[in-house]
Amino acid sequence: MNQSTLTITNLTDELTLSFSGELTLYDIAKHQKEFDTLRILSKSATLDLNNLVFIDTAAAIFINRLQDRLNSKNINTNLLTNEKKIVDTLTLAKKYLKDDEKLLEPVNRSLIGNFGKIFHGYYIGSLSFLEFLGRLFVIFIYYAKNIKNIRVPEISFEINESAIKALGIVSLTSFLIGVVVAYQSAYQLKIYGANIFIVDMLGISIFRELAPLITAIVIAGRSGSAFTAQIGAMKITQELDAMQTMGFDPYLFLVMPRIIALMIAMPILIFVSDIMGVFGGMLVAHIDLGITTELFLSRFNEVVAAKHFFIGISKGPFFAFLIASIGIYRGLKVKDDTQSIGLNTTKSVVESIFAVIVCDAIFSILFTTLGI
Amino acid sequence: MSMKEIIKVNNLITVFDERIVHDGLNLGIHEGEIYGLLGPSGCGKTTLLREMVMLQNFNSGSIHLLGHDIQNIRSANAQELRRQWGVLFQAGALFSSLSIKDNIALPLKEYTDLSQSMIDEIIKFKINLVGLKLSDANLFPSQISGGMKKKAGLARALAMDPKLLFLDEPTSGLDPISAREFDSLILQLRDMLGLTIVMVSHDLQSIYDTLDKVAIIDNKKIAYEGTLDGISTSSSDFVKTFFKEKI
Repeated sequence: MNQSTLTITNLTDELTLSFSGELTLYDIAKHQKEFDTLRILSKSATLDLNNLVFIDTAAAIFINRLQDRLNSKNINTNLLTNEKKIVDTLTLAKKYLKDDEKLLEPVNRSLIGNFGKIFHGYYIGSLSFLEFLGRLFVIFIYYAKNIKNIRVPEISFEINESAIKALGIVSLTSFLIGVVVAYQSAYQLKIYGANIFIVDMLGISIFRELAPLITAIVIAGRSGSAFTAQIGAMKITQELDAMQTMGFDPYLFLVMPRIIALMIAMPILIFVSDIMGVFGGMLVAHIDLGITTELFLSRFNEVVAAKHFFIGISKGPFFAFLIASIGIYRGLKVKDDTQSIGLNTTKSVVESIFAVIVCDAIFSILFTTLGI
Repeated sequence: MSMKEIIKVNNLITVFDERIVHDGLNLGIHEGEIYGLLGPSGCGKTTLLREMVMLQNFNSGSIHLLGHDIQNIRSANAQELRRQWGVLFQAGALFSSLSIKDNIALPLKEYTDLSQSMIDEIIKFKINLVGLKLSDANLFPSQISGGMKKKAGLARALAMDPKLLFLDEPTSGLDPISAREFDSLILQLRDMLGLTIVMVSHDLQSIYDTLDKVAIIDNKKIAYEGTLDGISTSSSDFVKTFFKEKI
């Protein structure tokens, strides 16, 4: 790279700064330092640019500033240059950079101001979620008014997309959870010789808690996030706007079918999860504890009441509603930038899993209080 | 002009957070006009268009569209209104899960009880009308170019034979030949179907070729409204720089 050099002649009657070569933004800092260490002796200065081949705009700003600084110290400056291009660049820099202009700094809030902004954000956020639920309710009434309003093709499509296609992963996860739980408890039960109680333990824990929770978590990660990303992308490409201008209410066409589909499919998924979980446990009981399948099943029939199964299944639609509505709400919140999709997808999964666990805790308390 | 006024914007005020976008905007659009909204970037042209098609709320003032006050409109009337206009978005905004054919067919399927063969006929007509090839009909939006998306978007906007067409920068991103074709198509449509067209545009050629009337938004207000011939009377800085060569 061609560099510039600065030759300084510092005499009592005259200061000469003569630049040569190509003066670009890479050299400015160097020259600035050389100039700053200078103790100026005279009352007049010459900026000699005659030997300059080229000057870029940053360097032009530097030269202009240099001149201003010398002037402000009551030193007469004299600029020497013949090259028209250099003069033009210097004039350009002067034209588009005036001294009295300041870059606008972003408003700095105080600590309290920042807290206020964050809490106001949460407040607005919860209001907008309430608004979302309100609109869902209105659409629900609209559905209830006429059975023809229900969009069956969309609902079946979504059942296939977000539930049937998830059967594999839900089954596998539940099977492994069944194996793990049985294996861990088998070790403990063997110590007391209480092998047969594995049936009671597996049946109740899987039916009541594990199957619904595992299914909900897998679906939140798989389908809830997909809802957010799909609807978010549609928002960015203005597809949602297009739908609205064509008179297709996105709540009717996109939101409600997804929620209903998941609410229908979730109990089925939990049912499959029940089967696979118990199957996994049964396998371990057979291998590790020597409980035959016949024994396992007859004991199962005796000790595991049907109510446990129904409690687990009945949680399904509630979990599904939470997952779908949070996923879609997050999708609708996506703003017109790409960062927003990632952020909202993350939030959607985290919030829906959290909501599912809170809901499960409420159910636990409720069922215990009711004595079920 | 003897034609009926079909869009009337009265004293419109729009505020985003702390930034005022429109401060007392007035304009009127008559039937059969090709009406352009012009102005420097960030002046709120697209915002105004979005407010007209009920995608965005404004803070005060009123917009009357085909006789309805869109701020206080019953949802049934709003739904009625939405069937009477077509909107072309800047990037087409085709539904990515549907092919071009199904994009055009969607409003026809939802709102009419036409037979499938009739719908197919209509689709073929619209595809030819906007200058797409019939062989492209089964492609998906991700498989076609930006210009084709725009044409397909126009075909979808025209699917229901609307009276009113809103176009957001219809020729931006098109090559010059397609852009001129688009202009002549718009003129033809207006003459044949008696459309009223409201568009936001930056394309000078297209502005001179197509627009009957323009509104220039500058400094949050209408700086000029009227025909292109009278534009030299405007004192707006934007007009002076934008139309410099021709005046």
